[in-house]
Amino acid sequence: MKKSLRAVFKRGSMAGVATLGASALVLTACGAAPEAGSTSSAGASDYTGCIVSDSGGFDDQSFNQSSYEGLKKTEKDLGIKVNQIESKTNNDFEPNLRAMVTAGCNLTITVGFLLGDATKAQATANPDKHFAIIDFGYDKPISNVKPIIYDTAQAAFLAGYLAAGTTKTGTVATFGGIKIPTVTIFMDGYADGVKYYNQQKGKNVKLLGWNKDAQDGSFTGDFEKQDVGKQLTKNFLDQGADIVMPVAGPVGKGAGAALNEAKAAGKDVKLIWVDSDGYLTAPDYKDIMLSSVMKQMGEAVETVVTEDKEGKFNNTPYVGTLANDGVQLAPFHDLDSQVPAEVKSDLEKIKKDIVDGKLKVESAASPKA
Amino acid sequence: MPDQPSPKHAKDDPRVEDTQHAASQDSPAAEDTAAVVAVDTAGGAMQPSAVPATAQSGQLPGGSGTVLRRIFTGSGIVSVLAVLLALIIGGLLIASTDKQVATTAGYFFARPTDMLAAVWNAATRSYIALFQGSVFNPRGNGLAAQFAPFMETLTIATPLITAGLGVALAFRAGLFNIGAQGQIIVAGILAAWVGFALHLPFGLHLLLVLVAGIVGGALWGGLAGLLKARTGAHEVIVTIMFNYIALYFLRYLLNTPAFQRPGESNPISPILDPSAVYPQILGSQYRLHLGFVLAIAATVLVWWLLNRSTVGFEFRAVGANPKAAQTAGINVSRSTILVMAIAGGLAGMSGVAQVAGTEKVLTDGVAATYGFDAITVALLGRSTPWGTFAAGLLFGAFRAGAVQMQIQTGTPIDIVLVVQSLIVLFIAAPPLVRAVFGLNPRRRKPARAARSRQAATTGGAA
Repeated sequence: MKKSLRAVFKRGSMAGVATLGASALVLTACGAAPEAGSTSSAGASDYTGCIVSDSGGFDDQSFNQSSYEGLKKTEKDLGIKVNQIESKTNNDFEPNLRAMVTAGCNLTITVGFLLGDATKAQATANPDKHFAIIDFGYDKPISNVKPIIYDTAQAAFLAGYLAAGTTKTGTVATFGGIKIPTVTIFMDGYADGVKYYNQQKGKNVKLLGWNKDAQDGSFTGDFEKQDVGKQLTKNFLDQGADIVMPVAGPVGKGAGAALNEAKAAGKDVKLIWVDSDGYLTAPDYKDIMLSSVMKQMGEAVETVVTEDKEGKFNNTPYVGTLANDGVQLAPFHDLDSQVPAEVKSDLEKIKKDIVDGKLKVESAASPKA
Repeated sequence: MPDQPSPKHAKDDPRVEDTQHAASQDSPAAEDTAAVVAVDTAGGAMQPSAVPATAQSGQLPGGSGTVLRRIFTGSGIVSVLAVLLALIIGGLLIASTDKQVATTAGYFFARPTDMLAAVWNAATRSYIALFQGSVFNPRGNGLAAQFAPFMETLTIATPLITAGLGVALAFRAGLFNIGAQGQIIVAGILAAWVGFALHLPFGLHLLLVLVAGIVGGALWGGLAGLLKARTGAHEVIVTIMFNYIALYFLRYLLNTPAFQRPGESNPISPILDPSAVYPQILGSQYRLHLGFVLAIAATVLVWWLLNRSTVGFEFRAVGANPKAAQTAGINVSRSTILVMAIAGGLAGMSGVAQVAGTEKVLTDGVAATYGFDAITVALLGRSTPWGTFAAGLLFGAFRAGAVQMQIQTGTPIDIVLVVQSLIVLFIAAPPLVRAVFGLNPRRRKPARAARSRQAATTGGAA
């Protein structure tokens, strides 16, 4: 009896849910039909800007995404047409680039060093088309390819100094996704920043995860496995680190998760994000976000597209530096009060010194422009 | 067993069912016999195995073996219908992501035709783009450009075909070769190294690149076969692990100066010498290279090997039942090693097609996902050489067309991957496909009892 009652009840509730769901569907589909022939056509320009991602895709929370968003912004601001193709594997690069040329793109932006060869091949074969490539520079410049590269070590240097000046345990850490120059340049700058702090203040803040002299350190092996990033971060915490800078795209979320757990357990830990201002792009980790080493790729893409549309294309590499705000240290947001005033003023001064060239930040991975 | 819609099917033959019924009284093994004949011949699609059908039953070592076997050798009509069904569902998915559809759905009840038209438009637009990107583009400038998409399809199909043949061949010998990915990588490493580190005259250089690749793949595959034959280690686990070993070894190598470009520290190898790459057989406007011709040759070779040679006969015998094959005097260990080596060599050809055909450099993405797509291709091709060839072309077309789909209609490439995955799903579930198309044979009441009991003994796979 009980059983059957429950069955009836269950069935009843199921039916109720179904009715609710159905009525919701019906209600949402009850709008009025628009008048026929009201198609809007914006006064779009003939200019087409295109972008080909590497295998990370446009949702990689890293350079593909930033570049794509930059281009999307020009679609609105300049009224140009935008074509985008995601590459799923390295094999897609050449067909995708060919397709972009065939589709009549005026400027094609390619993202990452892996597309270097394919971009070069298409640029040479189509001298009347323009290309721009993110995070890669050619030894011999190509007349219709503009490299967009970043001296990230400058901003990472500030982050290293900030971490060293803010740490409570005297140990900070970093790790990378894959050991490639665009990753290690962050780690080099960070390491130098920590070292500079130690020299200036006579302290001995330890850095885990990267040895600049040996050019070796901790890597997760890819830009996908967040759990590996989480595990690495836990190891760093166990070794006494309290500030971690993951240079691994989405894997940084693994670090954020580990730090959030540590914070919930009562530890005072902080995270330094990379590429974009993590306070805005990774809000889950707001409470522990000390700062971010930003590469302003969207802005660079906008600039290049705007210049090209105005007929002012050139193949001089765009090098993002602290001087032109191409790389920056993000604001401290919620953790502003935790950064000692002295460190803040030091950072201002260091930034000025780097911009003026008084302080040289060097990395084996720095752009040779 | 219900994979065969043919009325000649053993199960639909009442006499067979009676025999099964009667036989099952005293000998449960005999019950499977008739069913196994059907499996063995795949409804007439394959030649009957040389091994006595009595030796093949649901009790083969590894009960899942028969399920896999059934999946691999299902009838052709199921493959076609699976593709069709996947395309239909893919079309609905495309429509569901379409802006116009979303807008019109808002006033579905006010004017339902709008939404239906939008759904139809979204799906057809995407598939037309897919076709134009993979077979024939009428908007091309001249006939050469109009057929360029088809050439692109053939280019992308090349590594899929050879790697697919490797998987299919191993499967016919009863081995589930998941290791094509690793075999492609090892072949790619060796072939690329020969291509950029050695500087040899034209002709000889390319030949050496090809040999290096095939040998590399054969060694990697053969090693897995050796472990299986000598130690009994399961080939699925061994080959999966070998994939990882190959990938991480490649990543390690790409971080050493020997595999990097002078003066650079990016993990990308130097470009192969011009003497080491496949010539483009139809001129430089297409990417199509000599590797495709070799893929055709490989298909013929595998067909000959399987159907006309003693070695192939032994492979199939071992695949049907290793114990019976051994009793019949076939050296099972030798067959296992040999078939894995040949499978590896075929996958190795894909590696060569990558480094010497399209990419011309070695990166850690050299194998892309070809090693795993190859499994799908072999599945879709029902493990026959020409079936695999056709399936390779189909998947090549999907990949080639996906580019146009993205540009023309903004359909994400993921949709194409979803369609591919759906195809596999449906091929793995033939009764589902036939149920959707109303092809399942009508069940008769007396038959049901026998069938359900039989289902129990064959692991419920029916």
